[in-house]
Amino acid sequence: MFEATELNIRNDRIQERFRYLFLAMAVVLIVPVLVILSLLVIKGGPVLSWSFLTEFPKNGMTEGGIYPALLGTIFLVLVALLFSVPLGVAAAIYLSEYAKDNWLTRVINLAIINLAGVPSIVHALFGVGAFVIFFGFGTSILSASLTLAIMTLPVVIVATREALQSVPHAFREACWSLGATKWQTIRKVVLPNAVSGILTGVILEVSRTAGETAPIMFTGAVFFVPFLPESVFDQTMALSLHLYTLSTQVTDVPENLPYGVALLLILIVLAMNALSIGFRTYLRNKKKW
Amino acid sequence: MTDSPMTPGGETRRSNSDVEMAIRTRELNLWYGDFQALYDVDFDVRRGQITALIGPSGCGKSTLLRSINRINERLGYVRTEGTIEVLGKNILDENVSMPQLRKEVGMVFQRPNPFPLSIRDNVLFGYRLHEAKATRRSSVNRRQEDEIVEQALREVLMWDEFKDKLDANSIELSLEAQQKLCIARLLPIKPAVLLMDEPCSALDPEATAAVEELLFRLRGDYTILIVTHNMAQARRVSDESAFMLMGKMVEHSRTDEMFVTPKFKETANYIEGRYG
Ligand SMILES: Nc1ncnc2c1ncn2[C@@H]1O[C@H](COP(=O)(O)OP(=O)(O)OP(=O)(O)O)[C@@H](O)[C@H]1O
Ligand SMILES: [Mg+2]
Repeated sequence: MFEATELNIRNDRIQERFRYLFLAMAVVLIVPVLVILSLLVIKGGPVLSWSFLTEFPKNGMTEGGIYPALLGTIFLVLVALLFSVPLGVAAAIYLSEYAKDNWLTRVINLAIINLAGVPSIVHALFGVGAFVIFFGFGTSILSASLTLAIMTLPVVIVATREALQSVPHAFREACWSLGATKWQTIRKVVLPNAVSGILTGVILEVSRTAGETAPIMFTGAVFFVPFLPESVFDQTMALSLHLYTLSTQVTDVPENLPYGVALLLILIVLAMNALSIGFRTYLRNKKKW
Repeated sequence: MTDSPMTPGGETRRSNSDVEMAIRTRELNLWYGDFQALYDVDFDVRRGQITALIGPSGCGKSTLLRSINRINERLGYVRTEGTIEVLGKNILDENVSMPQLRKEVGMVFQRPNPFPLSIRDNVLFGYRLHEAKATRRSSVNRRQEDEIVEQALREVLMWDEFKDKLDANSIELSLEAQQKLCIARLLPIKPAVLLMDEPCSALDPEATAAVEELLFRLRGDYTILIVTHNMAQARRVSDESAFMLMGKMVEHSRTDEMFVTPKFKETANYIEGRYG
């Protein structure tokens, strides 16, 4: 009774083989991450220092620090957030709380999906056409940040919508049944309970924005400016573009320098991701429903 | 709050005490899209009494209940015909304001759904919704709020248990305490009608008994319409019972009559547990 037949044994063996095959494929994923990280740490690690972070580049960018690029990246990201967060959150609130399933909603959803799929170089061209030329902002932080904002808008919208939708429907019903208007319900019940998820999405957006190169290189970021930006209409340096310049445009760059910049960029992105994950875990544990 | 609160339509309410029925539906038909869930429902709910709404699963009890505070309309595809009078005023009229209607008609849900806030903030939630911002800020109001919280919690027999932990998060309370808190949350806005959709079905027998005791206490001050699957509960708590089947109101009479001498075979079958 219940003994395995020839066929059972053979099938078991095949199933085992597939298991290992898939496992191997999954493990392969880790390899590039490890290689990239260790390469960056080994080659770029020695470059990182306090003065690297706080000094201007010198000698045609072959020496000195990356202070203006670091500051520029932070500046670009912050200004982009200033636009994309209010806009994205508002759009997500509309889609999640107000929109009925009609053609307008479907068109908006389609637009979001497509926006998310547009290659960043196309965003760059759009940014040049719209912000640099049409609105006359010139190549400036404002133009670059607006381009970044549009590019990351889908991330904010999708994350916010998910966060809103994860608030139990029972809370909304309880609130409505007490006589609250839709907006009162959103403000007093939905948003306070969704804010953690929204923030997670925003942080992820930051990490993505910080690394982008194409959308900013035509719209506001430049290879080198000898001074810090003073307003959003100035041009700025940025880490990602700096890395690109060092690796491809400047001659006689010490080999380690680009790796240092790359390592810094990766560290910023990883830190942001870690922050976002930590935040999510913390808030998930705090939530009780 | 004035002494004579307004009905949803705006006329003063308690002055016309000739309104004997708190709720009165006539030829009420309701569709979810193409599906008709209620057929010509004529239903009267007596003021100050407890009326039980019974019937097998899917017969339309929740649908009827949820049309009385019009919360059903949140689903875009619901269509209602007929009249639903609450305290003498047809709430399907165009000039009815939702906040005013829902102030008058409170609702308790199957699963306790307190907000993830403190006990105090839960009790005050509805009150604050309907209070202008300016008054909410004053220090006089703080004292007034304390009184409101105490009164509401006393009314649901939870003051002694809650008074030392008003700042505790309500999500951590027992289900029974949560459900009572959900009832307490309705009281500060002084509703006339309480709709309860199987309020005890998530509770154990002891908690159920405690909530039933609370219902007796609220009886008289509030008109209570309660959906229940529990025949024993319907018998214990209600003055009148209404039996629904497949979207129609089959029988409605005094509870002691219905459970002893039901007029219709379907009613008899149902209360004897032959289906449902
Ligand atoms: N949102 C909805 N969309 C479409 N049909 C619905 C919806 N809600 C309820 N119905 C249908 O309407 C009918 C009545 O449902 P309702 O929830 O009122 O029944 P009920 O008597 O409360 O049942 P239960 O005892 O299971 O709670 C059912 O056939 C149900 O499938
Ligand atoms: Mg129901």
